[in-house]
Amino acid sequence: MESAKTESITQLQQRTATRRASYKLNIPGIILHLILILASALMIAPFFWMVSSGLKDLSQIFLVPPNLLPNPWHWENIHRSLTAMPFGKAYFNSAYISIAIVIGQLLTCSMAAFAFAKINFPFRNILFIAFLSMLMVPEQVTIVPLYIILKNLGWLDSHLSLIIPDSLFSAFGVFLLRQFFMGIPRDLSESAYVDGANQWTIYWRIMIPLVKPALAALAIIAFLGTWNNFFRPVIFLSTTDKFTVPLMLSTFKGLYVTDWTLMMSGSTIAVIPVLAVYLLLQRYIIEGITMTGIKG
Amino acid sequence: MNPKRSNTIWGYFFIAPQLIGLLAFSLIPLISAFVLSTLDWDGFKAATFVGLDNFNYAFHNPDFQKAMRNTLLFSVLTVPAGIFLSLITAVALNNVRMRVLYRLFFFMPVVTSSVAVAIVWMWLLNGDFGLINVMLKMLFNIKGPQWLTDLNLVLPSLAIVSIWKGIGFNMVLFLAGLQGISRDYYEASMIDGATRNQQFWRITVPLLSPTTLFVTIIAVIDSFKVFDTAFVMTSGGPAKASYTMVYHLYELAFKNFQFGKSASAAVILFAIILILTVLQTYYSRKWVHYAE
Repeated sequence: MESAKTESITQLQQRTATRRASYKLNIPGIILHLILILASALMIAPFFWMVSSGLKDLSQIFLVPPNLLPNPWHWENIHRSLTAMPFGKAYFNSAYISIAIVIGQLLTCSMAAFAFAKINFPFRNILFIAFLSMLMVPEQVTIVPLYIILKNLGWLDSHLSLIIPDSLFSAFGVFLLRQFFMGIPRDLSESAYVDGANQWTIYWRIMIPLVKPALAALAIIAFLGTWNNFFRPVIFLSTTDKFTVPLMLSTFKGLYVTDWTLMMSGSTIAVIPVLAVYLLLQRYIIEGITMTGIKG
Repeated sequence: MNPKRSNTIWGYFFIAPQLIGLLAFSLIPLISAFVLSTLDWDGFKAATFVGLDNFNYAFHNPDFQKAMRNTLLFSVLTVPAGIFLSLITAVALNNVRMRVLYRLFFFMPVVTSSVAVAIVWMWLLNGDFGLINVMLKMLFNIKGPQWLTDLNLVLPSLAIVSIWKGIGFNMVLFLAGLQGISRDYYEASMIDGATRNQQFWRITVPLLSPTTLFVTIIAVIDSFKVFDTAFVMTSGGPAKASYTMVYHLYELAFKNFQFGKSASAAVILFAIILILTVLQTYYSRKWVHYAE
């Protein structure tokens, strides 16, 4: 183990050394970087253009050739778009709905995952297969019956319609966390059991602290998924006061489609928090998504 | 209490919240979708059983046919191009310096809300003042087309947006797959005198095939669920040229209140997605090579 590790480190050092040595004359490498820089520019250009156009005034926006940067800068556009629609309220709604769903999923998914991994109970495997098979059902397919169920519960145009279904059900979350619980040795819970701990104590005191990385991954993925979700809010919500950020933005578009500066500053406001979270947590977000390969 | 009974009680206690969720918000809605697809119901008057009439209606409905054709075309436009671009990006990034920084940029669109993406691209693709047409004019003196209002260009335009948004996601999965390929293969082939090109086609592509399969399944399924961009950018227009399957079932249910007809479209969508997944998994055996 020890020797394998040192061996791989020396290999690594050799590799970086050869790479560094070959760098000076590495023309294909330079071309590769140029292509990658160009491609990266294409990836971020729309964001740049959004921010820049959002801070121009209408006369600047139709200039040919276009100005890359606003001249002068119209910072008041941000204030204008914030006051044109209740964006503040939408932020609050999106934030608390997403946090509620994250907390709900972390609790209910980890409980179910723990039971599926560590407790023997009748019909366990059949029930787990039922959870797994739900991974193949897109939300678009069940949206009409779900709408009718929520209507009968009286939850339409209420945040409950978004919070409760997502907090109580995530086949993906159960599956992801179960994988992690499976990796924890049985001896650990058995010795606690012998010492008189009940299942709740084993789950809460022993298991939860051990699966924290998986909980973090699920939390981030669930947060981004609910924050960005558009399909459910557009169907379930109808009062402007209850709108989430994406829904507010689409309504904003319906009203201000000709005022591109306002639209771009509105989009900027909507995008900045998510991008900030992404820039701060990008390593974990990418790891979490790679680990699970799930798209929001 | 005997331990077996205790386990039963604890087990069901722990799965209870998710089990309720599974039943109420997933399993029962799925079964209901099948039941609903055989009913004529507007949500108010009593529902009547119509058997397979809704499906018969769907296949003869010009809107459904249009939605189906558009969705298939969208899939053809986005999946191969998207996978090819993300694969070569992943290969290019795999051993390059500063790949974390490049990856950061490529992944930005993935985490951005689809509505904001749609609005920004509406501006970029605007036929008169959009940046893309302004650049075409400046660089090549070409008068750019009306991307989003031209019947033939609207779907390719939405495809460009979708490829741009998804490239980082697929790329990250490919990067993970590439990390799993042992360097031994490359070193051995280098000794045998293989060129980079040969290494790519004979080592990277075959050994990456499980990832490619996985990425393809997700990409195809994803392209069948397209809704947000079409809804925000074009409202399915012009003349339903960007009208998709999900748009169709959305409109049937929540604009026309034809819940039964909408459910039948949903069941057809579900069947297509299910068949695609099964077919791809089955045929994958012939070309997927799992590393031993």
